[in-house]
This record gives sequence, C-alpha cells and structure tokens, in this order.
Amino acid sequence: MKIGVTGLNATDNPGPGVPVIRSLQEATHIKTELIGLIYDSLEPGIYMDNLAQKNYLIPYPSSGLENMFERIKYIHDKEHLDFIIPNLDSELFGFVKLKNRLNELGIKTFLPTFEQLMIRGKDKLFDFCTQHDIKVPKNILITSQNDLYSIPKHFTYPVVVKGIFYEAYIANNFEEVITGFNKLRVKWGFPIIIQEYIAGSEYNVVALGDGKGNTIGAVPMKKLYITDKGKGWAGVTINDSTLLELTHKIMQKTEWQSGLELEFMKSNETNEYYLLEINPRFPAWVHLATAAGQNLPEALIRLALSENIDPFTSYKIGTIFIRGSWDFITDMSVFEKITTMGEI
Amino acid sequence: MDLKKKYERPVITKNYSGLMNKMGSATLTPPKTEICSVPVKRLVEQYGSPLFVMSEAGIRQNQKNFLRIFKTRYPKVQFAWSYKTNYLSAVCSVFHSEGSWAEVVSEFEYDRARKLGIKGNQIIFNGPDKNRQSLKKAISENSKIHIDHFDELFDIIDITNELDISADVAIRVNMDTGVYPKWDRFGFNFENGEAWNAIKRIVAQKNLNLVGLHTHIGTYMMTADAYRIAAKKLASLFMDIKKEYDIQLEYIDLGGGFASHNTLIGQYLPAEELVPSIEQYADAITSGIYDVQMRPDEMPMLILETGRALVDNTGYLISSVIANKRLSDGRRAIIIDAGVNILFTGFWYKHKISVAQDSGYHTEEATIYGPLCMNIDCIRESIILPTLNRGDQLVIEYAGAYDVTQWMQFITLRPNIVMIMSDGSVELIRKAESLDYIMQQELIPEKFQKK
Amino acid sequence: MKYHIPESLAISDSGFLFFARTGETFTLNQIGKEIIRLMQEGLSLDSISTKLIETYDVDEITLQKDLHDFITQLQLHKLVEEQ
Repeated sequence: MKIGVTGLNATDNPGPGVPVIRSLQEATHIKTELIGLIYDSLEPGIYMDNLAQKNYLIPYPSSGLENMFERIKYIHDKEHLDFIIPNLDSELFGFVKLKNRLNELGIKTFLPTFEQLMIRGKDKLFDFCTQHDIKVPKNILITSQNDLYSIPKHFTYPVVVKGIFYEAYIANNFEEVITGFNKLRVKWGFPIIIQEYIAGSEYNVVALGDGKGNTIGAVPMKKLYITDKGKGWAGVTINDSTLLELTHKIMQKTEWQSGLELEFMKSNETNEYYLLEINPRFPAWVHLATAAGQNLPEALIRLALSENIDPFTSYKIGTIFIRGSWDFITDMSVFEKITTMGEI
Repeated sequence: MDLKKKYERPVITKNYSGLMNKMGSATLTPPKTEICSVPVKRLVEQYGSPLFVMSEAGIRQNQKNFLRIFKTRYPKVQFAWSYKTNYLSAVCSVFHSEGSWAEVVSEFEYDRARKLGIKGNQIIFNGPDKNRQSLKKAISENSKIHIDHFDELFDIIDITNELDISADVAIRVNMDTGVYPKWDRFGFNFENGEAWNAIKRIVAQKNLNLVGLHTHIGTYMMTADAYRIAAKKLASLFMDIKKEYDIQLEYIDLGGGFASHNTLIGQYLPAEELVPSIEQYADAITSGIYDVQMRPDEMPMLILETGRALVDNTGYLISSVIANKRLSDGRRAIIIDAGVNILFTGFWYKHKISVAQDSGYHTEEATIYGPLCMNIDCIRESIILPTLNRGDQLVIEYAGAYDVTQWMQFITLRPNIVMIMSDGSVELIRKAESLDYIMQQELIPEKFQKK
Repeated sequence: MKYHIPESLAISDSGFLFFARTGETFTLNQIGKEIIRLMQEGLSLDSISTKLIETYDVDEITLQKDLHDFITQLQLHKLVEEQ
C-alpha cells in the first residue's frame, strides 16, 4: 500500500517522518510504498537514498485547510495514496478536520480525535492529570505581559516558560521569563504556559493506542545524551514497570487513538514520575521501538485497516539509538527540481 | 493578426529556507471571480469600489442550520439577532423573517428594531447603558429587559411604581467558566452571591416579573466546554428559583460568543482548524442544561444571541488595487482602496483575501495597505499573492460581522453596501455616503460664513 | 541603457536561477527568465522592451513600469550591474 508521510525534516530538531518511513520499510505484515510530503526544499529526508520513492511539497498548515486538501487531491490523483501519517503537532488539527474528506478520496488515517488533541494541549494537560490522579507540574496560562506579574504568587524560580506548540525556556528570574515570553509570543502566539520546574531526569515512552483504551505497544526510553536544544541524541530502552503502568493508565483514560510520546520527569526529590507532555504523534526516536521489537507505525496502519492485532507484550531492553550527522552530497539540479516543480 | 502571449509582470523571488514553499508553480488559492454567482467585475462596475456585499442566501442557510443543530438537541429554542453585529435593516429583516427576535444594547438599536416592526415582547434589551427614557419605552412596550447592575434595577423599580405598570425582566449573570479573561464587568456575579441577591430583590417587587436568566461568557470562544459550565450554572440557578420561590422562568439565555472562521492575528493555525464546530457548542450547552435534573415540562426556552458565527461568512468586501509599490528593503506593497476605517476588524483578524481575477502562477509575499494617509492603515502585514495590476480586485472574506457597525467615516466617505438576493438579483441596501449627508449635521458659526 | 549580467549567473528553463558567486538561488516567472536571457545576450533595455511588446499582450506604459520594478529587484539582489 502507498503511504504518505510528513515530517521529513531530520534536522537538529528532527521531525519523526524519516524514522516512521524506516519502520514502515521494515514492515513484515504489509507491503509499503512511501511518499514524502514535505514543507521545504531542504528537508533532509528528500536527499536520503532509498527513503521515499517520491516527494511532494505541501502547503504550510497556516495557509488553510482548503489549500492542503487541494494539494493532497492533486498528489492523490498521481499517486493513489492509501494512507497518510501526519507527524507534526501543528498539522494534526488540520488533518483531523480533513479526515472524513480524505476518507472519501480513499485515503485512510488513524488520528486522535479533536477532543483528545485538546486534552493533551499544553494548556489543558494539568486539568486532565489532576482529574485522574497523575502527577503533573503546576502551571498557569499567560495571555498578556501583565499576567506575568502573578508568577511570584504561584511559583518559586526557576520556572519553565513554554510555547503552546513548541519550545520551552528555563527562566531563573523575572528578566529571563520576559525574554522567553517575548520569543514565544512572536513565534507561537498565546497562550504561553508558565510551569513549575521539577529537578530530575527525563524519561520518555512511545506508545500506540487503539482508540478504545487499549495500549497496543509501548516502549520506554531513557535519554543518554541531550543536546542544548533539549533533544535526545542517544537513548536506551529500559525496563520500568511504573512507567508502563502510567502509560497504560493514560491510554485508558484518554482512549487514545494513534501513536504518541509521553514525556516524564522523575523528580530527584520524590522519585515520582511527573507527566510533562503528551505529544500526539510518534517521536523522532520511534525507530528505536521498531528495532527493539515493536514496529508501532506498522501496527498503526494495521489497526486502521481493522486488522485484529495482539498487543505487543515485550521489547528488547538495552537497545540503544545514537543519532549522528551525515552529509548528503547532491547536485544543484535536485534542489532546483523540488523548488520549481514542487515534486521530485 | 498575431495572437500575442498573455502578459504577466516579471517577478524574481529569492529562495530562503523555511520560506521556500509555494508548492512549485501552483497558485495558492483559486481566484474568487464571483460572489454567489454574481461576477465581482459586474458588481464593481455597477456599484463602485470598495463595496460591501452581503448574501441573503448565506444568512438564511446559516440561521436554518444553527436552528436545526440546536433543535435536534433541545426542544424549545429561540434565536435573537444580535443587532450590534450587523444592524443594517436588510440584514436584520432576513434574520427576522427566519423567526429571530431582536437583541439590542442601546436605545438606538431598540428604535431600529421597532421601526422594522418587531414587537416589544420579541426584543431583548441588554447592555449597561439603558437611560430612563428608553427603559420607560421598553417597559411599556413589554420588551424583555436584561438588568446589568443594581442602579438599573432601582431605575426600573422606580419607573414601574411611577407608571404603575409591570415589567418583564431577566438578570444578566457573570460567572467563572474557566476561561480568561473573565467577563465580570457585565451583570451580577454567580459565585459571590450577587446574582442571588438581585433575584431576591426582583422577586420582592410586585411590579417586576422575573422571566429569564441571561449570561454571555465572552467573545470568540475557542473552547466549547466553557458553555457547558455556563449552561449548567444558569440551569441550576433556574431550578433554585423554582424551589425557593415556586417561579417557573420562561427562558434561559446563553448569549453568543461562538467563534467564526476568521483567524485572529497572533494565531498560527487557521481558525477553521481550531474553532469548535457549532455541533460542539450545541452539545456543550444542551448537555450543561441536561446535567441539572428537571422534568420535561419544566424545561425553559433556550435563547441564543449568536451574532458573529451567523453572519461573518455572509459578508464580503470588494476592494481594488490603487498601486503596486516597493518598500525600502525591496518588499512588495499593494495599496488598495479599502482601509481599516471600513474594515475595522482588520485590527484583529487575518481575513481570507482572494484575488478576483485569473492571475499568473507566480506568487510573491506582499504587505497590503489601505488608502488612508495614516501609518496604522495596514490591512495585512504579510500575505502571499499573485502579481496584481492596478485596478484589479481583491475579495476580503468574513467581513459580515462588526465591520458595517464599527466602521468609521474618516477622511473619505463610506461606500455602497449591496445584498445578493436569494434569486440572484442584486439590491442596494445602504447608499454610499455623500458630502452633503456628512455635512448636514454640521453648523458653521455665523461669523465664519462666507457672504 | 544596458545592464550586465555576471557570468557566474546560470538560469535554467524552469526559471531557477543559481548565482554561483554567492550561492544564492532565485525563482523567476516565464517573462522574468526571458528578460534575464535577453540581457545575457547583451540587448539594451530599449530593445528588450520592444521585443516584449511584440511578443506579449501589453501596453508600453505598463511594461515600462514593470520593467523598472523588475530591474530594481535585480539590483537589490545585486544580480545586475549598470553599464
């Protein structure tokens, strides 16, 4: 089957498209052909050999649903896509709204619902967690610079200043809060989130939910190396039943449909896990789970095709990923083609 | 004769990573050459530019759709058209012919509704500023007065005693629904007991009939859940009144505030992706009411004062290109004949803007300025558009709400407004202003008058 | 008036321009590409506009205005030198 995949921006802030494609290429139950759906002529995935068999530029989410739909229709006319896996947070709302129209074209998806996207929204997560007795850092929403003056009422420094979609800064004093606030305001708009800073170490889980509350697969990972942007550059699968139980609970309470990544902070002080974020799509390290025995992107597609699949029950502990940089060399003509034609 | 090739302005665009997305040579949005099947060019030839266009069919379709969505969820539903959103007589008439009452917030709006033949008992009189004269009129004409503050309540008690007549009243209640900013400047607060105090005072007055409860939780609400909370709080207040005083109120009024598909400046994603659907708003409101135990025969009428979401997408502003320009850094600028004086909502929305004629494939980033000789007159900081020639038209969509009520007469005269009727004909519904019309209100002191 | 196009400037049929001296790339529409090619052939601005008026459905004033704007853009990007 032919699958369109977004997020081929395997840069220093990598999108999950490339590892999703690699996982699908290793699928054993389905035969896959991969199409890259890209936003920029310089997305590294375009230049990797044996990755997508064809790549198409698609319009940015900010340019509107109709543009996106028209473009996908055009691509579909040429490629006959069976499936699309969107991999970026900012495009998910759009795809959720387009789901039925894509289905009418014969393109399947397996996406969270609008309500699920709202729960995991950085502004709503706090309520969700307190409701279900899951530990979560305290946070408040900021919609104007004036609101910042209420910070000392709620927190002691340092605090985390977070954008509604991406990016976070740790601020040790009010001046640093203002700096982070201004950067985020310009880039992602309001609201901006001020969050309690929890000292500890970060743990992540990649998981897949069937939409009925069941966890089809889940692999926890400890980052071994973190870049200055906070991205894991190496990590190892670990064995921690508490993390898995928490994951099952979250999947059950949200009835999550689709892949996700859970980000936890294990507090130095209390040794407990605090849920920092639910990312509503596979993470950029999802190929580690595949290598450890749980091919979650493949399972996602089989779930969408209503195949009966048994949940994964194990994975290889101690599997490591190390991200590296590798320069792809090509001629200007490749770049020219994608820039002027929008497809290659 | 030789057939010459179609001309397009020569364009060069530098490729920047991160901005390199025009999808190759494809244009972004298809041109909008017609509004409700009437060619834009023809409208401009007949009625000039700029030009506001309203769609009768669009309004009717929206109103029918909203009514259907709410009626399939709740038995007794009544819409009241929010005059301040768009009080053009023709527009109000369409809503009234669809069965909507009038929701007014000033004596001016009240008089407009009466002029259109709306009976007093189908007018909801809201707002913090109701002068004595307008209250007298509204009370004697039996309209439903939604009290905003205690001073107003005492005015009403005073008037009803003086004239020895009774008044149908409701109170506006403000409450915490988990959204910011809290709209606690209007009405009486729910949580601190102020609303209950007002109710007690009203019930004690022989000349006041408490007929309803009203709340309006905010504007352009992006979360439907806040309405569930509001509906539940209002419905529980409704039941408390029933239990305490054995009074069956006629209605609860959830106000308006549903978001339209206009995207706010500062919002990254387009509104159509983020804004809840009307079904979601309706689910939230009705489930909030159903959360409170009541028998079917006790259920109050549900009033909605939806404005923006019913009319925004039925209004268009056609504008023409006055000039193409380059700014000092080489950026392209387009000057059009519609400024922020008539597209007032341009201060907070990124309207959908389409070209009105077939144009070249090549697009370029541009800033759109209005014609006013004022720095603030910017319609859009940055937009990707194909090349435009002088005299070409743009269609600015979602201009049906608040623009033709909040617009200003500034520097120049305000343009024609037409309505495309359901049968496809075009009617002028507000004439362009003339110099005489503006100046007839002015007086020149005698010593300045030229002999 | 005549403009010189540097030799390290290559333009493809698709209107993709690569300026090898700076590494910058640009995209042009059909007529923009044609103008650069005519400049490369050494034609003066006057002959270029005569040629374009022959080929395209355009009046002289519009073309003069647009050509002026286009060349300003080229100068801004340092892609032409006045001779």
